[in-house]
Parts: sequence; C-alpha cells; structure tokens
Amino acid sequence: MSTSTSTLVTGQKANVQLRERRSPLASFGLHATLVVASVVAVFPVLWVLLTSLKPAKYATTTDFVRETTFENYTRLIGDTPFLTWFGNSLLIAGLSTVIGVFVSATTGYAISRFRFPGKRGLMWTLLITQMFPVAVLIVPIYNIMAKLGLLNQPMGLVITYLTISVPFCAWMMKGFFDGIPQEIDESGQVDGLTPFGTFWRLILPLAKPGIAVTAFYSFITAWGEVAYASAFLVGDENMTLAGGLQKFVNQYSSQWGPMAAASVLIAIPAGVVFVFAQKHLVSGMTAGATKG
Amino acid sequence: MAAADTGRPVATAAGGDTPARGRSRATGRETTTGTAPGKAPGRLRRSFSTHWYAWTMVAPVVVVIGVIIGYPLVRGVYLSLTNANERNVERSIGVNQLPATYEFVGLDNYKDALTGDQFLATLGWTVLWTVACVSITFALGLALANILNRKIAGRAFYRMLLVLPWAVPGFVSVFAWRFLYNQDNGLLNKLLAGGGIDAVPWLNDPTWAKFAVISVNVWLGIPFMMVALLGGLQSIPGELYEAAEMDGASPWQRFRHITMPGLRPVSTTVVLLSTIWTFNMFPVIFLLTRGGPGEATQILVTQAYKFSFEISPRDFAQSSTWGVLILVLLMLFAAVYRRVLRKQGDVW
Repeated sequence: MSTSTSTLVTGQKANVQLRERRSPLASFGLHATLVVASVVAVFPVLWVLLTSLKPAKYATTTDFVRETTFENYTRLIGDTPFLTWFGNSLLIAGLSTVIGVFVSATTGYAISRFRFPGKRGLMWTLLITQMFPVAVLIVPIYNIMAKLGLLNQPMGLVITYLTISVPFCAWMMKGFFDGIPQEIDESGQVDGLTPFGTFWRLILPLAKPGIAVTAFYSFITAWGEVAYASAFLVGDENMTLAGGLQKFVNQYSSQWGPMAAASVLIAIPAGVVFVFAQKHLVSGMTAGATKG
Repeated sequence: MAAADTGRPVATAAGGDTPARGRSRATGRETTTGTAPGKAPGRLRRSFSTHWYAWTMVAPVVVVIGVIIGYPLVRGVYLSLTNANERNVERSIGVNQLPATYEFVGLDNYKDALTGDQFLATLGWTVLWTVACVSITFALGLALANILNRKIAGRAFYRMLLVLPWAVPGFVSVFAWRFLYNQDNGLLNKLLAGGGIDAVPWLNDPTWAKFAVISVNVWLGIPFMMVALLGGLQSIPGELYEAAEMDGASPWQRFRHITMPGLRPVSTTVVLLSTIWTFNMFPVIFLLTRGGPGEATQILVTQAYKFSFEISPRDFAQSSTWGVLILVLLMLFAAVYRRVLRKQGDVW
C-alpha cells in the first residue's frame, strides 16, 4: 500500500509539469502509476477468483493457477442453500433498485424544478438522514418491522434500504435534472402535458445517465448490505447472501475455497450492473456531485 | 389552470436563490418566507392546489423517511433517556406477554458515556480513522483523477479497472482482504516469508489491525472519490489552463490556482459526504475485525451495535445513547464545516 502511495504522488507531480507535451519518461511514469494502481484495485478480487478455481486443498497456495476445477462451485451449490439466498438477494436488491430509482427521480425532479413549501426542509432532511448511524436505528426499525409484520419479509428490507440509498440518490438526481434545460419542461406544458407527463415522457428519458448511476448505487447498496440483513432475516430460507454468508464464515471458517466461490458468484450480478452503468458513471456523478 | 402557475420553472429562480443563500443568511431566509405557506386556511388551500403535484412527487420519500427514520430516531432518543435493556423491555416468553419495566433515568446515560473512558477512547480512534481514511482517499483519488483526466492511451480501460472495487459488494471485498491478511495462510505473509520477513499479524495486533482496516477502507473509497473528482475536473474549462500557460504559470501554479478552486464545489461535497460515511462505516470494521483485537478497531457505530446485539444482556439504552451522540457529533461537524466554507466565501 505504502509503496503505491509514493508512486502515485511522484507520478502526479511529473505529469502536471508536462501538460501538453509529454516526454517519454513522463508517459512511462503515468502508465506505471496507473498500472500499479489498477493492480492494487483488481488484485484482491482477482485472487479470490483464482482461489475459487483451485481445488480446496490448494486454496492457500501462492500459485496463480493449479489444477483448475469447479468443485468449489458444485459443493457450494449442492451443500448450502446458496441458490435460495442468492434468489432472495436478487429479489430484494432488484426491488430496492426499481423503487429507489423511481422515488429518487420524482423527488429529485420536484426539488430541482418546483418551489414549494417545505423544500429546504426536505433538502436538509435528505442530507441529515445520511448521518444516522445504523446502530441507533436498527433496534427501533426492527420493532416497527415486527409490528407491521414485515420481519423476515423481503419488503421489510426493501423499505429499509430505500432509506439508505434514496437520500443520496435524490440529491444526485436533482443535480442531474438541474442540468436539463427548463425550455424542455416549458415545451411540454405548451403541448398540454401535465407536470407528471412532462417528467415521465420528456425529462426522464433525458436523464438516463443519472438514472444509471442511481440504479448502480441503489443496487450495490442493497446487494452488499450486512447489518440490517443479518438482524432482520432469520432462517435459512429467508436469508440474503450477506446474512447467509456470515453463517457460512462462522461454520467453515477455514474453508477458503467454497467461500471464494461464493464471493465470485455474489460479485457477478454486481459486475453486470456495473458494466451497464460504468460508462455513465462519470457524467452522472458530476452533475450530482457538483450541484449536490 | 393551477398547473400553469406552479409549473413556473424554477431553475432560474433557484439559480438566483442558491448563491444568495450562500452569501448572506438573511437573503436565504427572505426567500424561504416568501414561499412559505400562509397561516390563513384560504391561503393554505390555495397553496395546496398550487403545490399538490410537487408534494405528490416527494410524498413517498417523506413518508418512508418519516416512518423509518423519524420514528426510530424519536424512539432512539427516548431509549437513551431510559435504562432499557434486554431484561426489562416489552417481550414475550412463550405465550406470556411481559410489559416493559424500564425506567426513565434522565441524562444519566449521557453522563456515563461522556465521563467514562470507553466512549472517549472509541471516539478518539473513530476520529483518527475518519481523518486518515478521508485524507488518504482524497489525496489518492485526486492524483488518479488528475492522471485519468489527461489524454492517455487506454484511459477507459484503466478507469474501469480502478472503479472495480466500488462494484464489488462490500462483504466480498472484505472477505478478499481477510484472505490476503490471514496470518498463517494469507498471501501477504507468504510473500513476506518469500522475502525472509516474519509473518505480520495483520488482524491480530492492535496497531497492524488499525493499519489494515484503514487500508481496506481507502481501497474501497478511492473509486467513489476518483469518479467524483474526475467529473469535477472535466467540468473545468480548458481555456483557463491555456490562458494560464500563456501567462507563464508553472504547473504547480496552474494546479493551485485553477484546478483546486475549480474542484471546490465537488470536493467540498465529497469530503463532507465521505466524512459522514466513514465515521459511520459499519461493514468494513464489523466484517474485517469485528472491532478486535480486543476493542482496538472498534469505532462508535460498531460499538453501539455491539451494545444492542452482541453483549448479554443487550443494552439498548447505552446503544441508543451512543447513536444519538454520533448523530450530534456529525451534525455539529456539518454545521461547522458549512460555516467555515461560507466564511471563505463559498457558495455551498
């Protein structure tokens, strides 16, 4: 870690110096920095992938590839309710994403376009909501969910995840809508569209990059959440991957092979969402971050 | 139609409104009162008919936040003023429903927390953890964003690789790191052994464990920081750099006087957000070390979680007290942060 740090710093100095006309040495420095940083970024995940393909007895060897096999995967799927957990996670994360994107988009649009009483209060609330520690909320939310009968139900977790992702996403969407010219809204109204119609038919399609980022963020948040998931869901058939794997870790703490296989399978849906979202990530975030 | 009236596009108004709010508080207030609903019922009704669809659009969020955050918050504050724990809250044993027997104890919990060693020690580490994580993440994120903002072969490819840690679910990457850090079988120690260096107890020694959790969090946090700053860099007009170059500004001067101010809107926001997130970063600590060894890496949030879920009897009152203190600290931080920015003439 520390070596890569120093490389980064020197690399950056070098390239600032030679902005347009870059010497071969500076080019080399830039590429070297990026390569080191990329390796650090990718390696831990890649290592898990490689480990999952080794036979369990070789899991902790330093060889990159050794007798490639899928036995870890078959064992995982055969011996544990992995697929059930996976399905639960997919359902919960999918619902959180769809509802989260829709709700953040409407909220973001409202605070971007309209002035209404309570707007500033709402904007502050959205910021402050992000400060709420899980620990102070988890017990009371648990009680509410118990009263509403949503404990051990996917919907309970979906609602909880909305409170985590929507405040940030709504800010981001607001920034994004701020960048879409007013004239488009006006033309919609001239054509007789209701405000909802304008939003739905004209603005939303233009906000695709923002939506991509919001969807990515909501999905990742829900897919990887641990604290609520392990507190609210009990019983093998209801758990999500996060909760299930916690159990798994405790049970087979030394079984790195199957754990690695599980990690790879978990990372795949997130990776798919990422591939769809990634080209919009920078433009979408910009709008959100600058205006947010 | 009422719609035409409220449909009044507000971006222009909001555009004028935002800087004004930044410069002086009074102007901001004026704007607010200008749009606030009147007290007379007639005005209220008119206000409703004008704003109903704006309200409809935000209603789901308000309801969800109100129920899922508002009530728990009130409840949490209330619990922090009692001596509630697992043995005296309302609970059912078999068919018997036992009523709650906990009592109101006023501010005793706060007094205990603020005068005891545990809270302050944990707070000290939490602050160190937050400052270290945010500053390192910001510095590295900024460096990488600057490089990626140049014309460089394979830029999109590098960017995708560098953003990858963000796309991997937290518990998977934490697992990956635990695997690398493992004292007996982890790759890091095997590599060190290859170089003749003794195994490092990455997660079993208090100091190394602190180093380890900070590294992992930096690793996790860089993609967000980098993407946000890269977006910020791309929004700085290139002409500024050209003009500065014409005037003979050195690279450092260009960075100092164009890049840094240009990034300000983005960086102030991401620093605020990542400070808040890092302060409350539950999963990294919880999954990597469970706060251990001992309580060495326990931050406020994980400790509060431990109070209400892992100790016996589960101590809800103390957990809530810590939670409320976390919230108060963060709100104070946000308020001070904004004030400092405003003093420096910032718009935000």
